[in-house]
Amino acid sequence: MSITVQNLTKIYGSQKAVNNISFEINKGEIVGFLGQNGAGKSTTMKMITCFLPPTSGTASVSGYNIETHPDEVRQRIGYLPEHNPLYTEMYIREYLEFVGGLHKIGDLPKRIDEIIEKVGLGKERKKLIGQLSKGYRQRVGLAQAMLHNPDVLILDEPTSGLDPIQLEEIRTVIKEIGKEKTIMLSTHIMQEVEAICDRIIIINQGEIVADNATQLIKSNFENEHHEKSIMVELLETIKPEDWQGLKVAKARLVKDRIWLLQTQDDKRAQVFQYVVQKGWTILSMYEEKSKLEDVFKEITTQASSHQTQKN
Amino acid sequence: MLQIFKKEVNLFFSSIIGYISIGVFLLATWMLCWFLPSDSNNIFDFGYATLDSFFYWSPIIFFFLVPAITMRTFSEEFRTGTIETLFTKPLSDWQIILGKYLACWFLLLLALLPTVVYVYTVYHFASPVGNIDLGATIGSYIGLWAMGGVFVAIGLFASSVSSNQIASFIIAFFLSIFFYLAFQSIADFKLFYARLDSFIQQLGIQYHYESISRGVVDTRDVVYFFSLIAFFLFLTQIMLERKRW
Repeated sequence: MSITVQNLTKIYGSQKAVNNISFEINKGEIVGFLGQNGAGKSTTMKMITCFLPPTSGTASVSGYNIETHPDEVRQRIGYLPEHNPLYTEMYIREYLEFVGGLHKIGDLPKRIDEIIEKVGLGKERKKLIGQLSKGYRQRVGLAQAMLHNPDVLILDEPTSGLDPIQLEEIRTVIKEIGKEKTIMLSTHIMQEVEAICDRIIIINQGEIVADNATQLIKSNFENEHHEKSIMVELLETIKPEDWQGLKVAKARLVKDRIWLLQTQDDKRAQVFQYVVQKGWTILSMYEEKSKLEDVFKEITTQASSHQTQKN
Repeated sequence: MLQIFKKEVNLFFSSIIGYISIGVFLLATWMLCWFLPSDSNNIFDFGYATLDSFFYWSPIIFFFLVPAITMRTFSEEFRTGTIETLFTKPLSDWQIILGKYLACWFLLLLALLPTVVYVYTVYHFASPVGNIDLGATIGSYIGLWAMGGVFVAIGLFASSVSSNQIASFIIAFFLSIFFYLAFQSIADFKLFYARLDSFIQQLGIQYHYESISRGVVDTRDVVYFFSLIAFFLFLTQIMLERKRW
């Protein structure tokens, strides 16, 4: 077990930032830690990395408890904090030498060369950190976290504020690392989770509201919601009443001549025949898959109303 | 600890503030001791071959110099969030504090080093050559450096209070002045019994600085300086502890 969290709670004053959460992360998993801003993602990560002491409950990393063996935990964890703090007046190499020295890494120069290559900092290696673009700074942050070859990587919003190309590059780097390491990353971008993670933990108002494999969370959601959405683009302009012959729950004009039909089950064949029978022409038709974003919205709002009722 | 020490010294010299503060210190002592005419505080006007005027002015310039060296140590780490990186590395609070403390004290030593030229100059101006009280001069340097050590501890504490460098500078500035002058001034009013007055006087830095400056390194002074340093470093540790609740 790489990370074990048991009944972890953090209370700031009267506010419960993290409320009694428990989960386990196996070796080699890439887990997405999902939640809105202020849901308690960063606080949880800060407790696992021994930055904040928990109010109650505990956690362990690679078998070492965060309270009784913090130094062993720190040695086995690579942490990229939110906003990726760096010393902007340092050169990349100088900074990595500093971090490597803290971890007492043997043969540091060779290791630094390796890691610079791995995160793709090769071209920029001679620069001051302050001169780097955000994407490259993020790479320095990743390099810093991975330098001592930790078992577990904890990345707090590793891709926030990057442009689409940098985003793609950083994701590739993370996926690459994920082949050998256990990674826990937080984000509020859904595509990211879909693209990288094997498993999702959704946290809302300090409580875990879902914890499952990425695919499973999506398919569970689809099973619960039997309605299918079919998008149909027609050549002709028709009225909503014209759909009455076909038994659909709802027909709505989305845009120009594109219709959204909601049905109990997959009725694409019937729709096709109906349209042909009416003498219209279909330009395109597809079934809209539920997006992870909808799942997330649904789960967190459900949980929120449930939580307020409880209180 | 060594890593932190190295990092602090390097960062100090990678910013312009480092060069400016040491440069201004040297310029100010040089002007005050050798050029600006002031009642008997100028070395030439003084009449004797001593560096007393340098040792008179240095504490006053330290009020500015030391906070300038220490203000960034913790404030900047808090402001940029790099403190989180430090706290999540295998380092204890004390390794961080002592690393930074020794680095700043070392930087102060670097600032003091060029002033040995003053000693050399006065040594050769003396008649006959070399007729200066070297023991008292060395004692004064030790006193100055020890006092600097207290100011650095105060500055480090001030820096751990706030994430704003300017605020840290001002806090360090006033705390240094307070510990240097206040107790002496209170004692000078002679408000209490002589014994109490003398006790209050001994709480201040000035008394012990002047005591060491006479060229006698008294254990009481050494104990005083070390306990004051330890006191402020402990306060710093408490502030760090509070940052991570």
